Amino acid sequence: MSLKQQVTVIDYFAGNTYSVTKAFEHFDCQVDLVSQPNLIADSDILVLPGVGAFGDGMETLRQRRLIEPILAHVERGRPFLGICLGMQLLLGSSEELGVHDGLGIIPGKVRRLPDEPGSKVPHVGWAGLHIPEEQDSSYWKDTILRDVPVDRDMYFVHSFAAVPDHTEHIMSRTGFGTHWFCSSVRKGNVYGCQFHPEKSGPAGLQIIENFLRL
Amino acid sequence: MLTKRIIPCLDVKDNRVVKGVNFLNLRDAGDPVELGKRYSDEGADELVFLDITATIRSKKTIVDLVERVAENVFIPFTVGGGISTANEIDILLRAGADKCSINTAAVQNPDVLAESAERFGSQCVVLAIDARRKKGESGKWIVTVKAGSEPTNIDAVEWAVNAERLGAGEILLTSMDADGTKAGYDIELTRVVAEAVNIPVIASGGAGTLESLAEVLEQGKADAVLAASIFHYSEYSIRQVKEYLAGQGILIRPVR
Repeated sequence: MSLKQQVTVIDYFAGNTYSVTKAFEHFDCQVDLVSQPNLIADSDILVLPGVGAFGDGMETLRQRRLIEPILAHVERGRPFLGICLGMQLLLGSSEELGVHDGLGIIPGKVRRLPDEPGSKVPHVGWAGLHIPEEQDSSYWKDTILRDVPVDRDMYFVHSFAAVPDHTEHIMSRTGFGTHWFCSSVRKGNVYGCQFHPEKSGPAGLQIIENFLRL
Repeated sequence: MLTKRIIPCLDVKDNRVVKGVNFLNLRDAGDPVELGKRYSDEGADELVFLDITATIRSKKTIVDLVERVAENVFIPFTVGGGISTANEIDILLRAGADKCSINTAAVQNPDVLAESAERFGSQCVVLAIDARRKKGESGKWIVTVKAGSEPTNIDAVEWAVNAERLGAGEILLTSMDADGTKAGYDIELTRVVAEAVNIPVIASGGAGTLESLAEVLEQGKADAVLAASIFHYSEYSIRQVKEYLAGQGILIRPVR
């Protein structure tokens, strides 16, 4: 089945958008790379990718006046996917290189991964997704992680991770040394993945397809 | 816990994947776009693309090809071969590469590692080392450059340590003595380098039997294994390799 959807990927010069674009095109989507506020306001499906530092990312969104249209899109209940830095920006604030305010869509903070022997920061590589401890096995049923088996490995490249205030916003957790960190978030139709679904092989593509079918 | 990675390598010449023995006697192994897609679909953990003609052919041709390979590859994608500046890395990252490997240029001008790490982050910067055993001295390896054709006086282990300090995020370590022979990786070289640095080491050169892959991951302490011939000529599938390694108790990302 062809999905033929129009997807708006926000291009705010935080890393390359090539892989994200190709992953959506893989499902026959028409992908628009945009950096103007008015074009974001018109979008049905919005994707915020990004690599780099939190403060720089927010500052670029602010300078380009992209914060308001993003918040308006979320307010309307339309599908939104933040990837990597794009997920972290959903939170209230970050401790990366000083304290910076985020979009505040998901209450909570972004903190550095804990340093401990045997666990290297940045965390680069494949690691599994798990259902949060207090939830049961049907927890992913109505989310973009439906049909994704527990402990399916995804590709991560990051040094910081989200710490949402409310457990209901934590969609999955991933082990790091002796700790767990929040590897994806959800609030209504707003999703965020710390991993890169566009770089996580067939299982990652499944997540993108699920997102398009919301 | 991070899994050990299985990485097929595309050595590319004149738009074709080729493979030789000790970097010589190249034979055709297929189309890079097709092979890249196949490995991505079959459960490879990453893909490496090395332009082995490097400096000779026009850069534009390579960038176009990288873009066509990247279009079908939904796993991390490293590109190398003849990269000499941070600006070239910028072009390749925009063409769909996730990381770039630097070899000869880093030896000639180590600052290129620092500059690239500063601009794109260490996770994008892979230092490739082509090491050869030093004659008459056991436990010593020298760095060779220009696709292994020119020896230097640089000690391979010291170079790996320096590269980490300069900002390399990963070491792609090829044993020139083992490359293409399918006689097994240079376990000693891999272990000595892996123990000397705190960044991941990808073992390369000599993949043959399934046991040789397990050996370099366990005894060689490699974080990832690179292999070409065994995958291109379908001696083993990615699945077979992963099932074998999992059976040996090695933590890998299973193929679904």
